[in-house]
Amino acid sequence: MPTQPVRLGIDIGGTFTDVVLETGHVRHSVKVLTTPAAPEEAIVDGIHRVCAKARVPVAAVTQIIHGTTLATNALIERRGAKTALITTQGFRDVIEMRTESRFEQYDLNLVQPGPLLPRNRRYTVAERMDARGEVLIPLDRAEVVLLADVLRAAEYKSVAVGLLHSYVNDAHERMVGAVLHERLPGVMVSLSCDVSPQMREYERFNTTVANAYIKPLMKSYLGRLAGRLKAEGADCPVFLMHSGGGIIDLATAAELPVRLVESGPAGGAVFAADIAARHGLDRVLSFDMGGTTAKICLIKNQTPKTARVFEVARSYRFKKGSGMPISIPVIDMVEIGAGGGSLAHVDAMNQIRVGPESAGSEPGPACYGRGGLRPAVTDADLILGKLDAATFAGGSIPLDRSAAARALGDALGQKLSMTDLEAAWGLAEVVDENMANAARVHAVENGEDLGEYTMIAFGGAAPLHAARLCEKLGISRCLIPPGAGVGSAIGFLRAPFSFEANRSVFMKISRFAPDIVCEIFAELEDEATRFVRSCDATAFITAEFKVYMRYAGQGWEIPVALTPDMAKAADPATYLAQFEADYARLFGRVVGGMEAEITVWSVNATTTVPDVARVPAVPPHGAPKMAGQRELFDASTGQERLASVYERTSFVAGNHVDGPALITEDETTIILPPGRKVLILPDGCIAMTADGARA
Amino acid sequence: MTLATVARQVMWNRLISIVEEQAQALVRTAFSTSVREAGDLSAGAYNAKGEMLAQAVTGTPGHVNAMADAVAHFIRRIGRDNIHQGDVYITNDPWEGTGHLHDITVVTPSFHRGVLVGFFACTAHVVDIGGRGFGADANSVYEEGLYIPIMKLADRGSVDSTLIRIIRGNVREPDQLVGDVYALAACNEIGHRRLIDMMNEFDLSDLEGISEFILTNSRVATLARIAALPRAEAEGHMQIDGYDLPIDLCVKVSVLADRVICDWAGTSGLDKKGINVPLVYTKAYVCYALKCAIAPEIPNNAASLAPFEVVAPVNCILNAVHPAPVALRHVIGHMIPDTIYGALDKILPHVVPAEGAGSLCNFQVSLRPRMDAPAPMDAVRSEVLTFNSGGAGARPSLDGLNATAFPSGVMTMPVEATEQTGPVIIWRKELRPDSGGAGTYRGGLGQFMEVGARQGHEFDIQAMFDRVDHPARGRRGGGPGAPTRIAQDDGTAMKGKGKQFVAHGRRVLMAFPGGAGYGAVAGRDPAAVRRDLALGYISEAAARTIYGLSEEAIDEVLASARKGEIG
Repeated sequence: MPTQPVRLGIDIGGTFTDVVLETGHVRHSVKVLTTPAAPEEAIVDGIHRVCAKARVPVAAVTQIIHGTTLATNALIERRGAKTALITTQGFRDVIEMRTESRFEQYDLNLVQPGPLLPRNRRYTVAERMDARGEVLIPLDRAEVVLLADVLRAAEYKSVAVGLLHSYVNDAHERMVGAVLHERLPGVMVSLSCDVSPQMREYERFNTTVANAYIKPLMKSYLGRLAGRLKAEGADCPVFLMHSGGGIIDLATAAELPVRLVESGPAGGAVFAADIAARHGLDRVLSFDMGGTTAKICLIKNQTPKTARVFEVARSYRFKKGSGMPISIPVIDMVEIGAGGGSLAHVDAMNQIRVGPESAGSEPGPACYGRGGLRPAVTDADLILGKLDAATFAGGSIPLDRSAAARALGDALGQKLSMTDLEAAWGLAEVVDENMANAARVHAVENGEDLGEYTMIAFGGAAPLHAARLCEKLGISRCLIPPGAGVGSAIGFLRAPFSFEANRSVFMKISRFAPDIVCEIFAELEDEATRFVRSCDATAFITAEFKVYMRYAGQGWEIPVALTPDMAKAADPATYLAQFEADYARLFGRVVGGMEAEITVWSVNATTTVPDVARVPAVPPHGAPKMAGQRELFDASTGQERLASVYERTSFVAGNHVDGPALITEDETTIILPPGRKVLILPDGCIAMTADGARA
Repeated sequence: MTLATVARQVMWNRLISIVEEQAQALVRTAFSTSVREAGDLSAGAYNAKGEMLAQAVTGTPGHVNAMADAVAHFIRRIGRDNIHQGDVYITNDPWEGTGHLHDITVVTPSFHRGVLVGFFACTAHVVDIGGRGFGADANSVYEEGLYIPIMKLADRGSVDSTLIRIIRGNVREPDQLVGDVYALAACNEIGHRRLIDMMNEFDLSDLEGISEFILTNSRVATLARIAALPRAEAEGHMQIDGYDLPIDLCVKVSVLADRVICDWAGTSGLDKKGINVPLVYTKAYVCYALKCAIAPEIPNNAASLAPFEVVAPVNCILNAVHPAPVALRHVIGHMIPDTIYGALDKILPHVVPAEGAGSLCNFQVSLRPRMDAPAPMDAVRSEVLTFNSGGAGARPSLDGLNATAFPSGVMTMPVEATEQTGPVIIWRKELRPDSGGAGTYRGGLGQFMEVGARQGHEFDIQAMFDRVDHPARGRRGGGPGAPTRIAQDDGTAMKGKGKQFVAHGRRVLMAFPGGAGYGAVAGRDPAAVRRDLALGYISEAAARTIYGLSEEAIDEVLASARKGEIG
């Protein structure tokens, strides 16, 4: 039978390792517990189980796509290797001084997150480039040789090199790198001009240090994994999901492991993008809500929005600025501390606050009956009738309604003179509003109006909150795909091979030099394409060209997409017109009399994803069998209503149901409030729409 | 709490989110590095009466609290009958805006269904406003640059082109400034659009109900915090450098049942130079200092700020009236919290930190082609402003923050971004060992900076530093932070304040002050001393003489530090 390719998507998360097997149109998935000490063990276990489930031998697996939180966790938990930084004399403390500001202005006892490398692991060399890339102080090779001896004596495993203005001229960094390779064989080296060649020294140095810090760990893990897979008979190519939503080969991942940070959530966004493509949706808000956090991402034209910098390891209530910046191509999403386990309390102003503190799996929400005394989002969902105490998690965790009510009463109700039901409503409204606000701010930062968007909801807690979020955001349509519990791992199987190459070169429109532009783009295209070609020797590769532009004097650029023709037959008028159109759309009007400039050049090479078959429309016909009825609280009217209960497994395409209703499945429950209805689509997606909207 | 109040809470959160969007739009469209890199800005939403309902947390305290008063001035000056849809108002009045001509405040009325429902305001610090340039040297506000009284920037949607021409004709970086004015107007527009979305969603015709809810809850919460304080009075005093003569800041903090009063009687009079502080800016930092210590998590708005009262004699340095020069009002204004904390520590022991660097350690350089010899063809004129911080004071149970702004909320600019704006070279920007005051908890370290110019340029540096002669003082037995130092690389002495010439090829060497220590040094955890030595926060000499670390211990720590280890 296995003449067809057999592909595996493997996502290592904090609690579970998800393994998805696809062959032809058949898909199987398993969840096994993550084995943190040797993550490859869970993978091997999962592979055997999923292959058994699918009745294919392990040796028949043709390709494995893997994503992992290991890189992220190593940064959060500070479990990296002994690493040194070599930087420009006079700038030893860039990664420690950060922005010299406090991310929480009113906290007198604020503690800043410490730098990844303590001060005595940061070394300097006498050298200096200026902002134009001209050498002010030449680097003395002999000084680097002496420093290499110091580093050897201190037994560093990895070295990061970050010199000022290396994004303009990398000669000194390359020289340091060459000396280190020669003098310190076996020590891993990361140069900032390779890892993140962009202006702003704090972000660039920190990204390079992060890469160097996790490189030995990730290289060793990836090596072990490859060996283990071979030993188990899965002797097939293994690729890694990267934070930008594409796939890279094992060797590249081992060189640039920082690009694996947040690859799991990136897989989720790719999953949503694939659903968007199947349903022909050009504007999608992906909403992924789990136990601890919610992730929100904009997907336009079936492509997740990307950014060039994000923050990892936020140490202070997910607050902006409390983590460390990583500047790599990344799927742009907001992550906030809002999940099923997020805990609530009443603050000094008698306002309900929810999250980011989470009950986790131990003790879990109060209703788990495992000793949790504080109310969590799941407790509120239970009291509001969204969850059924007996069938939660397929009946494996019976929920204790009275414990939930007690926790809500103790923490909220008594302080605010509210009934348990009102307290539950208040809690749910606050967490929903937190998520809605995050989505709104994210949309505004990107100049988007969510009213025209379709939501795609996945992750265990998302279907419970998706409808209310849609109401708050003015979104009239939401899709809840099947397989939502392993969405990231499915997403890995949908991702193209891709690599984005960036370069910082400043160019004013008035000094636009077509020959230099062509040269930059040619180099970037070659670099990006070479990476992708090394993963797939035959596929058709397309290159997307982009510049980041601004008015000269501004500090923040906007991305301006170019067609290959525009990039190659470079003409300043075309670039300017494109920039002004984009700027006006984002910020209302262009700024007259100002000169525009280009700051960053970018080429993203990617294999083309096969066109997916569009899911055909289906006329509504027939309702499924009702499994029961229960009271469901409606947040928008503040009243309880009797709602019908259905099992998702009993649905066939074309079935339709009007709210109020609940649709249960093993991993979650879909809440359908009054005024919304659902239609089951041919691919098993549930389309939830506001009355009067298109299904 | 009823069900309707849940909706109101949602709207309150929404307003806070709206002003945050407003601030982000400003950062993304601004031109001055002070706004786009350093975040020297603020944004707020107001009801139709001009009471502030929400402020963005992005931004700096000196603006926002001052902005709380600003909109009322706009309403009074423009006249209610003269407020129309499509209007945009502007000022840089130090007394009715945020304290100096370099801050441009823009206010936009918000109309819903044809009725005025509120206002949006934002402020940003621009790099140049003409006059003598950003510095301390003016003798009156007339010398400090272009003055824009409260007026219409746009009348029913049409921009006053005469005003724009006057602005362009009076400043050194006209493109930058006009670009920033547009960015300010655009950010209010974004706030307005979101507000109207919210009012439609909740079917509101005005903001009366939500105002009442926000202000009442904030007032009640703030008053509860004040009521829980001991009723007491205490005095604080701090002497700082001033321009030519030292300045005494004297405060009496009185905690009453329903308010806290800071009375600045006894404080020095006006300075001849531009370091005087309009009362509005004094109020901003008084409120900020008290809120940090008493009610940190209550959002800023008209009601949560109202119980903090300020009394200052007219034409003391903290209540300078027109036409006093005020360009560097921040250098003195940033010292207000440390002065208040000297008093508050007597009322609320073990809450407030020791003294820190206080003022930001900013300087502006005006570069130009060298005049003493032929300059290269590509030499240019350029204005470059940088924000930098010394060390913060140690806390009752934590070391002070190294090179971190307090009380200001701004960021530093990346050196690579600064050097892209003009022919300036920052040769050094790193921590300054031994600058944190000793103590059970050590003060934060200051920093070293060195600045020069690219080949072919000379420059003037506008120094804006304090704590040259008056370093931060320790609390409860803690030692002082290191003072500010400034000189040229050939040894030429320089002053802490004022415009000073730097010849071609010379550099300015600066050491910014450290924060003071908290508690006696004898109480310091020996492990913390060893760590500080290993990291080079303290020198071997300091470890030996100040912290009493034994020779063996020092040798051991340094040996392991050389291997990249600590301890």
